Amino acid sequence: MATETLKRPPVPSRKLRLEHVGMAFDNDGKSFSVLEDINLDVSDGEFICLVGPSGCGKSTLLNLMGGFLAPTSGSITIDGQPVQGPDPRRILVFQERGVFPWLTVEGNIGFGLSGLPRAERNQRIAHYVQMVRLQGFEHTYPADLSGGMKQRLQVARALAVNPDILYLDEPFGALDSVTRLIMRGELLRIWETERRTIIFVTHDIDEAVQLADRVVVLSSRPAKIEDILTIDIAHPRNISSPRYLELRDELMSKIGLAYTL
Amino acid sequence: MTSLAKTRGWEKFFWPLLATGLLLALWYYSVLWTATKVFPSPLSVQKGLAELLHKHVLWADIGDSLRRVAIGYGAAVVVGIPLGLTLGWYPALNQVLNPVIQILRPISPIAWIPVAIVFFGIGDRAAVFLIFLSALFPILVACVSGVANVPAIFRRSARNFGLSPAQILTKVVFPAALPQILVGLRIALGVAWLVVVAAEMIAVDSGLGYLVIDSRNSGKRYDLVVAAMLIIGLIGLALDFCFRRLERIRSVRWGFRHES
Repeated sequence: MATETLKRPPVPSRKLRLEHVGMAFDNDGKSFSVLEDINLDVSDGEFICLVGPSGCGKSTLLNLMGGFLAPTSGSITIDGQPVQGPDPRRILVFQERGVFPWLTVEGNIGFGLSGLPRAERNQRIAHYVQMVRLQGFEHTYPADLSGGMKQRLQVARALAVNPDILYLDEPFGALDSVTRLIMRGELLRIWETERRTIIFVTHDIDEAVQLADRVVVLSSRPAKIEDILTIDIAHPRNISSPRYLELRDELMSKIGLAYTL
Repeated sequence: MTSLAKTRGWEKFFWPLLATGLLLALWYYSVLWTATKVFPSPLSVQKGLAELLHKHVLWADIGDSLRRVAIGYGAAVVVGIPLGLTLGWYPALNQVLNPVIQILRPISPIAWIPVAIVFFGIGDRAAVFLIFLSALFPILVACVSGVANVPAIFRRSARNFGLSPAQILTKVVFPAALPQILVGLRIALGVAWLVVVAAEMIAVDSGLGYLVIDSRNSGKRYDLVVAAMLIIGLIGLALDFCFRRLERIRSVRWGFRHES
């Protein structure tokens, strides 16, 4: 695996590398393992989906990559530098209630930009308001936004600080199914214009096949990487094409679900 | 549900007015039937109220009471909010100080009166101290639990965006806890208004509390006593009403469940 990566052409440079990452938590003096021997290389601009049974440690893995937790073993490096802690160059987007309810749409997007001169800050805010299609809602508070708008706002707030990597922790998990479909399209559109590296945790198989360049399948706890599936379909993906359905079925069987259920 | 929207406009005023009217009538006839010579009827209270309003001393008393509350309560806000935020922010410090706070908190401010007089003598400062003390604890408790209740997700976001601990406190934890802090401030203002009356009965010779006790002591003017009580109630209501307006400020409104 490793040699194969080295042989690859240097054009898509490696962004994120996980080597033998393991994580264990202490509970009542007993240590139990959540993640074991996770090895993954992510190229710059790649869209990775992490799927696996619920409670398997997908979010833990995301928190490790985000620097919110430190692994008990192994190493995580970004651009060759070990991850030391949370950093504005990589922003974690939460499932819900991630936006600040006391700030307007503008205030939320500008939250991480207080170091910038006012003109540049305003210009960036305007740019990302446009990008997530929240024009006309600049002075609206999150309480008056729909669930989908709040998630778009969270993504805009993350993108505004110009991060290299976005970690999305089931960002559409609390939305209704129609909104979720629209949001996938929106996220792909944003990803295609901005080309950030995205690590996207989901338990939704369709979501993974529709969005990802590669889908990383985790086993149940203690989670190991079960398989990595490359989705070799160009965007926009036709979700009823034979290849799409084939990949979806393959993913389902890898997660261990018989689709005849 | 169907008739609610239609009749709402006049019903909103009609029923409370009716209830008030009935209570006034009950009061009036109770005085009449018991033929009490001590307790005043609503009519004599009304005359007493008019008498108080014509005497300039009423406005001076109101001014004195409000001034004492403003100073004592203001000091409690200035001390209580930073202290409460600090205790909420450093749970270890809170664990050390919490037992002391919890023991002091249930002591009625009235019980502090002798101590206040020993510290400050008879006078304004003793009254202000009592108000300060009574307002401090609700503010402290609201700040501590307000900070503790800030969702972890907000703090993590703030760290993610590279904020320093001081920035996290001022830009995230404080605004996130503000609705709960406002509730504490409102309770504290209510308590302060209760306590100023009690303090003025003992520690000073002006203010609405003094007006109540003085009306009784100099000639058993119970009409003036009840009139002063009504004024105290109305001012308390007005203070609370003003405070509730703050809950509608847009950056805190999310924390309050208003009609919609």
